Amino acid sequence: MLSFLAKRLLATLPVLLVVAVAVFMIVRLTPGDPAAVIGGNSATSEDLDRIRAQLGLTQPLWQQFRLWGGAVLQGDLGHSFFMNKPVVELIAQRMEPTLSLAAGTLLLAIVLALPLGTLAAWRMGSWLDKAVMAFSVAGFSVPVFVVGYVLIYVMALQLHWFPVQGYRRLEAGVWPWLHQLILPCLTLSVTYVALLARVTRAAVSEALTEDYIRTARAKGITELAVLTHHALRNAAVPVITVIGVSAALLLGGVVVTETVYAIPGLGQLTVDAVLNRDFPVLQGVVLFFALAYVLINLLVDLSYLFLDPRIRY
Amino acid sequence: MPLPLHKALSERSFNSARRRQLAAGLLLGLAAAGTHLGALADTKTLRIIPHSNITVLDPIWTTAYISRNFGYMIYDTLFGTDLEGRIKPQMVEKWSVSKDNKTWTFKLRDGLEFHDGKPVTSEDVVASLTRWASRDTMGGQLAKALDRYETPDAKTFVLVLKEPFGLVLEALGKPSANVPFIMPKRVADTPGDTQIKETIGSGPYTFKADEYRPGEKVVFLKNARYKPRAEAPSGTTGGKNVYVDRVEWVIVRDAQTQMNALINGEVDILEQPAFEQYATLRSNPDLTLVDAQPAGNQFIFRFNFLHAPFNNEKIRRAAMLAMGQEAFLKTQVGAPGMSRYCKSMFPCGTPFESDATGEYTGIANPAKAKALLAEAGYKGEPVVLMRPTDLGAIAKLPLVAKQQLEQAGFKVDLQTMDWQTLVARRAKKDLPSAGGWNAFMTSWTASDILNPLTMAMMNAGGDKGWFGWQDDPELQKIKLQFSQASTDADKKKLAQAAQLRAFETVTHVPVGQYSQPAAVRKGITGLVPAGAQVYWNIKKP
Repeated sequence: MLSFLAKRLLATLPVLLVVAVAVFMIVRLTPGDPAAVIGGNSATSEDLDRIRAQLGLTQPLWQQFRLWGGAVLQGDLGHSFFMNKPVVELIAQRMEPTLSLAAGTLLLAIVLALPLGTLAAWRMGSWLDKAVMAFSVAGFSVPVFVVGYVLIYVMALQLHWFPVQGYRRLEAGVWPWLHQLILPCLTLSVTYVALLARVTRAAVSEALTEDYIRTARAKGITELAVLTHHALRNAAVPVITVIGVSAALLLGGVVVTETVYAIPGLGQLTVDAVLNRDFPVLQGVVLFFALAYVLINLLVDLSYLFLDPRIRY
Repeated sequence: MPLPLHKALSERSFNSARRRQLAAGLLLGLAAAGTHLGALADTKTLRIIPHSNITVLDPIWTTAYISRNFGYMIYDTLFGTDLEGRIKPQMVEKWSVSKDNKTWTFKLRDGLEFHDGKPVTSEDVVASLTRWASRDTMGGQLAKALDRYETPDAKTFVLVLKEPFGLVLEALGKPSANVPFIMPKRVADTPGDTQIKETIGSGPYTFKADEYRPGEKVVFLKNARYKPRAEAPSGTTGGKNVYVDRVEWVIVRDAQTQMNALINGEVDILEQPAFEQYATLRSNPDLTLVDAQPAGNQFIFRFNFLHAPFNNEKIRRAAMLAMGQEAFLKTQVGAPGMSRYCKSMFPCGTPFESDATGEYTGIANPAKAKALLAEAGYKGEPVVLMRPTDLGAIAKLPLVAKQQLEQAGFKVDLQTMDWQTLVARRAKKDLPSAGGWNAFMTSWTASDILNPLTMAMMNAGGDKGWFGWQDDPELQKIKLQFSQASTDADKKKLAQAAQLRAFETVTHVPVGQYSQPAAVRKGITGLVPAGAQVYWNIKKP
């Protein structure tokens, strides 16, 4: 297993290199000019030339890449063109909201979807199964922002239970933090509950046809134990895979939710960097996402060892 | 046959679980409501959603309006512009000018202190003005006329000019970007093209750096050391009294969420609602609309002078005649009472507003435009018109322009892009078919286009001029004369001459004026109308 781990960690290096080159080239080859953003409406062409030179954008591309790549190797992702702050600091500031949102959403998704998917598989074809599948289709079909606005209208504007927007850091206390997170997590979890419930249903329904389930029932084990200890556990590999992918997607893919609820997370940072053409921030964030994706996938692969003893690396 | 699940759970445990869930739900709801109401009851903190996110905290390094507004929170100015457009002293107590108009002597008023307790000195002023002049257009004009600064004592500074400059006070009191904010010398010694690292001023608020989170919130505290002037506030002049302990700028990007947050009482002021929200906001009894920038904004259509067809003056004139303001304003603004017809290049309601607009009426005349186009020998070259789809405040304008130009016989190639792509592309001088452009539309705050020197579209310096690169020595000459004029009457006459010349050569087309009032929760009073958004004098019950 150690050699597997070492190999997988080594394999991340070419992945990160490819991502680094790709993002570096893409941000420079797409239209847009940070100098024009900095210069503002009144800037003249002369002003823009001067700003470009200051930002180092007049140097040849290979030289720009060499400078950036060299700094990255030393753990320095550069400085934002606009915010006068190191990219690492900006990412660190945005980590907590994004991780909180992702963790809360995943937790909600797991807590709701696993029982729903299991019950649907257990009662396949019943009204319960149909209801869960109908919810799944709806969860996939309704855009996140629509869910968000509806929840805001009902729970914030009408019932006044939750605030409309914003994020309170954990340092402000557990309850303020949770209070601010509930609506965004509920919003975001709808899609993931739908996804996870479907996958769980499919995996559990397949497991329920296996011989060991029949054996377990023949031994007189309660139906709850059959479902949880035998069916669900054996269906865990695809479920864990989807949870892992969801975690990776949640890190960088919650832009809409972050926008609707004004949560200052990594998604917003990425969007701002794109809109402002803040090259160092964009490069740093994408590289960070790539690293996170690779590590999450590695963790998922490792979890298989514990979930299914038949798997060997 | 599997057993039903409910049989697997005992009746007792189910009921107790349900009771616990209900109790938890109730507690959650009550606690949530309690926390929420607690936030609403805070009367010492003013929460504002500004018009955009702020990323740059140096109002000299950038011309972004949000950075300018940030500057007004923490810095003070030597002069200000009142609501009628008059320049009045702010940090300056008194001043005098020599008979030859070349030596201007200013004395700072007593009690001016930076947030660290150090007094504001003439050295700080000179360093601040030097840095500002290295970035600002009007400051640059002043610097050209300047021979040297003198600082005879800690409270006196002198501008010694090589030649008279008629707009010394207008430059020092200009309300919009770049505003000559006064910083400590150690900060102001930073070159103008490098961002400052310390945000310390002598203005009515102090900046709470440790609570600043880019993209999330900006926090200001009342500056207890600040000594407001005795005069009533008017524009950026008068007493900058602060009646709250703390101001928070809350960054919310989504327009719907902004409005919801205001309606829900989570914020007190929404600085710039979207046009389509005003009907809802007006109908809400808990809110009022306050037009804090009464001079408003102006939409403009800008030509590229380098390439066909707009390198032909007659064709530009034809385009100008094709455009009518009513359609632009109805389509883009829509909301009643928030836009006005104004054919003057200098915004209506400002000192140099003028009816002398040559043949431009602001009313579309496609027949006349068509005839002129034929006379000009238009060969059907497509007009590459850039449209920013992500900037709601101007996104619809190019659609109207396309329709009006096509009615006059133009062939229009409307190209959509995001605003940042547009601002990058408008800096390119390439052929329109090779990544360049022929025209774009934008909007200006009135306070940025008050006179010929600050109006970017009148920068007719060719290659070194503003995007579109008009080269017109005649217009440049009128601007120079304007800068040297010493009386109001002369300034007015020369501003009018500059406008006439601009219409004659068709630098751009003003296509209407509009306002975007702030939405404010009932009970919040004292929002000061000015040429920029300022947040002193506000009371929260």
